[in-house]
Amino acid sequence: MAFNINVNGNPHSVDVDADTPLLWVLRDVLGMTGTKFGCGMALCGACTVHIDGIATRSCITTVDSLGESKVTTIEAIGTTAAGAAIQKAWLDHEVVQCGYCQSGQIMSASALLASNPHPTDADIDDAMSGNICRCGTYVRIREAIKLAAQ
Amino acid sequence: MRNDRIAYRGTGSYVSEKSLSRRSFLQAGAAIGGGFMLSLSLPFANGEAGATEPQGFAPNAFVRIDANGQIFLTMPYVEMGQGTYTAVPMLIAEELEVSLDQVRLEHAPPNEKLYANPLLGVQATGNSNAMRGAWKQMREAGATARMMLVAAAAKEWGVDPNACRAQDGEVIHTDSGRRLKYGALAASAANMPVPQDITLKSPADFTLIGTPVKRLDTPAKVNGTAVYGIDARPPGVKFATVAQSPVFGGRLKSVDDTAAMAVKGVRQVVRLNDAVAVVADHMGAAKKGMEALQIEWDDGPHASLSTEDIAGELEKATLGPGAVAQNIGDADKAIAGAATKVEATYQLPFLAHATMEPMNCTVDFRKDECEIWIGNQAIARVQAMAAEAAGLPVEKVIVHNHLIGGGFGRRLEADGAVRAVEIAKQVEGPVKVVWTREEDIQHDMYRPYWFDRLSAGLDETGKPVAWKNRFAGSSIVARWAPPVFKDGLDSDSTEGAIKLVYDLPNFHVEYVRVEPPGIPTAFWRSVGPSHNVFVTESFIDELAAAAKQDAVAYRRALLDKSPRARAVLDLAAEKAGWGQPLPAGSGRGVSLQFVFGSYMAQVAEVEVAKDGSVRLRRVVCAMDCGTAINPDTVQAQIQSGIIFGATAALHGEITLKNGRVEQTNFDTYQMLRINEAPAIEVHIVKSSEPPGGMGETGTSAIVPAIANAIFAATGKRLHKMPADPNILKQPT
Repeated sequence: MAFNINVNGNPHSVDVDADTPLLWVLRDVLGMTGTKFGCGMALCGACTVHIDGIATRSCITTVDSLGESKVTTIEAIGTTAAGAAIQKAWLDHEVVQCGYCQSGQIMSASALLASNPHPTDADIDDAMSGNICRCGTYVRIREAIKLAAQ
Repeated sequence: MRNDRIAYRGTGSYVSEKSLSRRSFLQAGAAIGGGFMLSLSLPFANGEAGATEPQGFAPNAFVRIDANGQIFLTMPYVEMGQGTYTAVPMLIAEELEVSLDQVRLEHAPPNEKLYANPLLGVQATGNSNAMRGAWKQMREAGATARMMLVAAAAKEWGVDPNACRAQDGEVIHTDSGRRLKYGALAASAANMPVPQDITLKSPADFTLIGTPVKRLDTPAKVNGTAVYGIDARPPGVKFATVAQSPVFGGRLKSVDDTAAMAVKGVRQVVRLNDAVAVVADHMGAAKKGMEALQIEWDDGPHASLSTEDIAGELEKATLGPGAVAQNIGDADKAIAGAATKVEATYQLPFLAHATMEPMNCTVDFRKDECEIWIGNQAIARVQAMAAEAAGLPVEKVIVHNHLIGGGFGRRLEADGAVRAVEIAKQVEGPVKVVWTREEDIQHDMYRPYWFDRLSAGLDETGKPVAWKNRFAGSSIVARWAPPVFKDGLDSDSTEGAIKLVYDLPNFHVEYVRVEPPGIPTAFWRSVGPSHNVFVTESFIDELAAAAKQDAVAYRRALLDKSPRARAVLDLAAEKAGWGQPLPAGSGRGVSLQFVFGSYMAQVAEVEVAKDGSVRLRRVVCAMDCGTAINPDTVQAQIQSGIIFGATAALHGEITLKNGRVEQTNFDTYQMLRINEAPAIEVHIVKSSEPPGGMGETGTSAIVPAIANAIFAATGKRLHKMPADPNILKQPT
């Protein structure tokens, strides 16, 4: 059946099975490829989006669970204050290497910053330890979040 | 945002005669490379259309300037996070006298003649030698273009070229102040002779090289617009996922696809000899369809294989003779007469690459040609192997390379492209094949398992007088580049085990090539040194302990002939506070290496808990990599390499049971996470030597530094990695 979902402020109707993960709706059905596939089991965080502002793993979030919720992806996170601050800090501090996980990192970090403007190291660990970076940009992620929080 | 900086122009492997004749630059390009330039536009490219391209100037395969003055740089080395798409443009722009905001980048198409790495002889990005290969080559590419532009302007003005200079995308006649932009000179520059004597700038005049330039590839990577191979979407693309025989070498026996075909969005089930693929409207349906398949496999000859079987074979091989990789003096005699004899064996596990971008490849197999979208470190290899799988001539296989979501050696292989072609042959229209994480980990090509047997002799003062090492494992080079494997040896398998920085009077190293059955092996970040540096630096630490001497001082005494190694060792020790007290349960370990053309020392600080768990607190790294083209990228790569190696040291292990890889996803094959990440300090020694490699050096150095730190903290020597808490835990 068709599901009506709201992504980055735009309504979409998608005709997929109810248990289809949001990740594939975004990437394959809607062609929004900024959100990445990493593990399919909420173990790596590459697929992180915001659902009503909460950082959420889209690989295990089924399309039928969304209802009226507002989905925000990496493509639109720069329109939020926290998202723009994180993106800027990421570039100013040269966090990014291969960049594949960084959509998810930025979504997790901007959710953290939006809810906690001055995160401690422990807060950062809590919010970011679900996001794996195989290039090992962790040292700079930590510094960039602090930079964005200033 | 500089989203448009990398032009995703399509680039194919050939162009028609018609398009060839249109291009004024081709003559020069052909003269240099013996091949031809190519440029086909892609349907989804946001670059300009090839058909209406204005006349341009391209003195070589790397630089093209169109009549509008737009400068395109074709990148022969791939961008997989290591910063080549900034460092290579820096080298060209330095000599071309343009700023980096004036250039647009394009991925090179497959073409071994034009785009081979001069150090490897093939078009591949690996072995930490992109910048080593590019150093002269890319500066010359920029300088050639600059000299031809200057010559064109001088001719137009009727003046001596030596009276003109290039600056910021213009040629200026110094005396008169006349100036012409590169775009205005493009057409006439194309007719200038290609200079034979190229003058390169003196390092004292560098304005870009050696500065921490902002990366060109990253703006698109923070807003979701960067396009990786997995993001390719040719019109009409379908989505597929694959299940390959769980046992390597097994075969597909039967598939019942009744339930799978009933899944909404599933289009087709493709049967191959040793794999099944489900093709669907989206990956969600493909995965659901895959789960609904009833598959029976014929496991084949490796059905009962285990890691222990392989380790046992390797251990046995170290008791027999191998190929002599290096010999100095008479190690046997010296050991026989030594005051103290030390012996040890070491083992390192199979490792998966686990790139964050899972393996994927998109293929449109048409009647008499095949088009491929992929992110790969060896794109010409992809083209050749895909052509073979497709049953087509190489020139009928068009390959589009992409940004790479983690390479680490995994994407030096073309197995994924071959598999995708096999599937695409049975599918109408383009199909994107995406490996699930489980498939990616269980059908990787793995860092080999290694077994090493060492012995050494010390004199009465504890100084090593002899060193022997015989190790056994897979030679990746023998498969990947067979001619390079000679007399039982290759330079990768032995790097870090021979030509040590230490002055050892009697030295003997042998390698025994043993290919494990039922598990494919491949290059893995820092390759040979990922194994050899661990062994060498663990064993020298054992010798220091046997001599009851400080680990840094012991090494230092052997470095009279290697001042650059001694300098990084001293620097790392000083910055780490070597010798200063640490709390109980904590320890510092050191490592020193000369691999990939760079010197590096690391000091790791660990804390070992009562339950045996290891916490890596701090790493101090000192490095002499010659000229640091972009010092910020050098630092980032070292941080990256350290995390990668620490992941292996603390978590990394792929095991086989009943012929199957036991690990599946990030729950069973764990990665270091931010909460486990150490503080990392990087100190770069200033140098004007040619650049050394640095993408992999951090990885090989950290593993022994951690093992040695664990020894310092606990008194327990790790002879097998990863660190096993069961060995390290304190008795209760």
